[in-house]
Amino acid sequence: MQTRLSSDSQETGPQPRRRGESTLAVHAGEAHQKLADSITDPIICASTFTFPNTQAIIDYIEEKQPREEYGRYGNPGEKVVERKLAELEGGEEALLFASGMAAIVGLLMAKLNAGDEVVFFDECYHRSREFCSKHLSRYGVVTRQVKACDYDAMEAAVNDRTKLLVSESPTNPHLSIVDLERFAAIGKRRGVETLIDATLATPYNVRPLEYGVDYVLHSATKYLAGHNDLLAGVIIGSKEQMEPVRNLRGIMGAISSAHNIYLLERGIKTFGLRTQRQNANGQAIAEFLAKHPRIESVYYPGLESHPYHEVARRTMRGFGGLVTFLVKDADWRATANIVDAVTIPRIAPSLGGVESLIEQPLVMSYYECTPEERRQFGIPDNMIRYSCGIENADDLIADLEQALRA
Amino acid sequence: MKFRTRAIHVGNERDEQTGAVVPPIHMATTYVQHHAGEWREFDYARSGNPTRKNLEQTLASLESGTAALAFSSGMAATHCVTMLLESGDHIVAGSDIYGGTYRLLHKIVNRTGVSVSLTSTGDLDEFERAITPQTKLLWLESPGNPLMSITDLKACVEIAKRHGVLTAIDNTFATPVLTRPLELGIDIVMHSATKYLGGHSDALGGAIVVSERELYDRLYFIQNATGAVMGPFESFLMSRGLKTLELRVREQCRTAQRLAEFLESDSRIQRVLYPGLSSHPGHEVATGQMNGGYGAMLSFEVVGDFAKTKRVAESTKLFQLAVSLGAVESLIEQPAAMSHASYDAADRLSHGIRDELIRISVGLEAFEDLRDDLDQALNA
Repeated sequence: MQTRLSSDSQETGPQPRRRGESTLAVHAGEAHQKLADSITDPIICASTFTFPNTQAIIDYIEEKQPREEYGRYGNPGEKVVERKLAELEGGEEALLFASGMAAIVGLLMAKLNAGDEVVFFDECYHRSREFCSKHLSRYGVVTRQVKACDYDAMEAAVNDRTKLLVSESPTNPHLSIVDLERFAAIGKRRGVETLIDATLATPYNVRPLEYGVDYVLHSATKYLAGHNDLLAGVIIGSKEQMEPVRNLRGIMGAISSAHNIYLLERGIKTFGLRTQRQNANGQAIAEFLAKHPRIESVYYPGLESHPYHEVARRTMRGFGGLVTFLVKDADWRATANIVDAVTIPRIAPSLGGVESLIEQPLVMSYYECTPEERRQFGIPDNMIRYSCGIENADDLIADLEQALRA
Repeated sequence: MKFRTRAIHVGNERDEQTGAVVPPIHMATTYVQHHAGEWREFDYARSGNPTRKNLEQTLASLESGTAALAFSSGMAATHCVTMLLESGDHIVAGSDIYGGTYRLLHKIVNRTGVSVSLTSTGDLDEFERAITPQTKLLWLESPGNPLMSITDLKACVEIAKRHGVLTAIDNTFATPVLTRPLELGIDIVMHSATKYLGGHSDALGGAIVVSERELYDRLYFIQNATGAVMGPFESFLMSRGLKTLELRVREQCRTAQRLAEFLESDSRIQRVLYPGLSSHPGHEVATGQMNGGYGAMLSFEVVGDFAKTKRVAESTKLFQLAVSLGAVESLIEQPAAMSHASYDAADRLSHGIRDELIRISVGLEAFEDLRDDLDQALNA
């Protein structure tokens, strides 16, 4: 029996109201009654799936009988998590990948041909832009970058070879917020597909598809999985638009493993709760830092001082768990001393898990760039990025306070 | 550090060798020694495993104890406690206890010459009168299962001290988020970690937490000798579950309170048993003993007979018909037919478990979704 929650519950009458995030996180995509009557989905480690006889193979190939075939093309657990994520984002189809990068690469490779162009807002994850400028360029794909949130510049960069507009929102680490309606409108006007990497937003805070964006991308490693213990990526879009991406994934094979998929499904169950708490911690820490005499400035969309506060308030339910700030009159070493002095957050890249993490972008991600390049990317020496976990805000603030005294 | 921060960080120290932010899962059954006869911290996995030890450290911290032991199931943990006793000893247990504990005490432990009396903890004078010179252990549960009776733990500790008797409590329903019995003077806290601690219906486990080192040593000796230890995968999943324990429990309590209020005002319900309602006999004690919430388990009696009750329990769509509790998914069951079927029928009725009783475990779903589901099922 299929789930009673999602599409088939709509057959019973007028459009039901959207179920709460927590209900969806726990139940969406799952069968009401599962294999062996177990309440949780089994971990199916099979690399291949057996056919009882030759006719069954023929029925499968002729699409008379949907089922699994070979592990690279799909796994029952993967389908459950994909349906769950699609429902959380309000999309038709989700595709899971081995990592967030595998997801965006899968989409770009499926959608772009030699001679095509892609336009990025320049605050997108630097590895995504690097893949386009260094690797897709080898296949004759042209990458253009315009200043983040400059919609006129983005539209001006579109020409008849442009196939895709890409942005993050919020961006990392500057936390600029894209006006999704304006962004999607450019795509619609110019007949170009749009992609938002909403890793930092999460579907709890904003659902870009509702604004007309074509694809939503997540590094599911972050808030969706939420426990800093697995890697995964996901893209959500319409069934038709996702079809070529699914086919290419089956060929390229950057899939998520059965064990990972189970941990991801388990992680998503508390997704709504965790995100709520991380929103609250982010706001509390941003407000604390904004008032602290040693802090030069704080990037957090929940602060009125943030340049995109207005857009954020209009489109987001919460402002996320990431807080970026600059330390007043500090060189890179003095800034590093603060990072080294905190005791609760661990020093590590990544974000979105239950454990708070801290890092200095100059050292962690841009160490090999020249000062000129860092200036271009907007990464000053005195910048710290703080990813809130779900610890008590009081503890995190007391810890930051002592680190700033050190 | 506050409770939630400790749930994430105590016992989850960074792995020094690799820097991994989540400690590795150690599967090894045996550990290489440097010298014959000089044992390092770990020797054989039954005696200790790093992944299990991490979990035990977190549990000890959350229960305000000094040490914890992780078991393969809650029943294994309870059994370990009963093995502190010897032939001729006597246990006084509350009457509103888990059916599996009832079965263990009456059908297994009794074979070793240990006798048991069940007494309601509603009347503490009567409870005290059940203590004999042979009594060595008071076994408590609060909130009780399935009637959600509340036991005044401080008062029980005073009684136990007067008689020189050990106190143990199954703290599964309250969780250390709401009640930390060791802080009230209880000697042994036991958990079915399968429930709220793990929280995702996907790992079986039990735990014991104590304050006294000497008591820990005795329990550890029994665990190591009898071998019902928690496996490394389960230990990892439990540790992962504990990180969201407080968030989950507080949210589940809030929803349970609203559902209890909804049910209490419904004419299809005879009565609701939830300590968060002022109509509940244990409400006042619970308010003093439970920190900021009354738990996420509640029972109610429907207007109707066994068959009607069965239909209601079978008609929910979000609440799934299953025993167990404490996880993200809401569950529903009929104690007379399911969780407490292991009671003798007469004992069951005398302890107030009627045919029209339904027990629900409130999960993490949105209140509105759960309310609508119960509402339609009550018409079944």
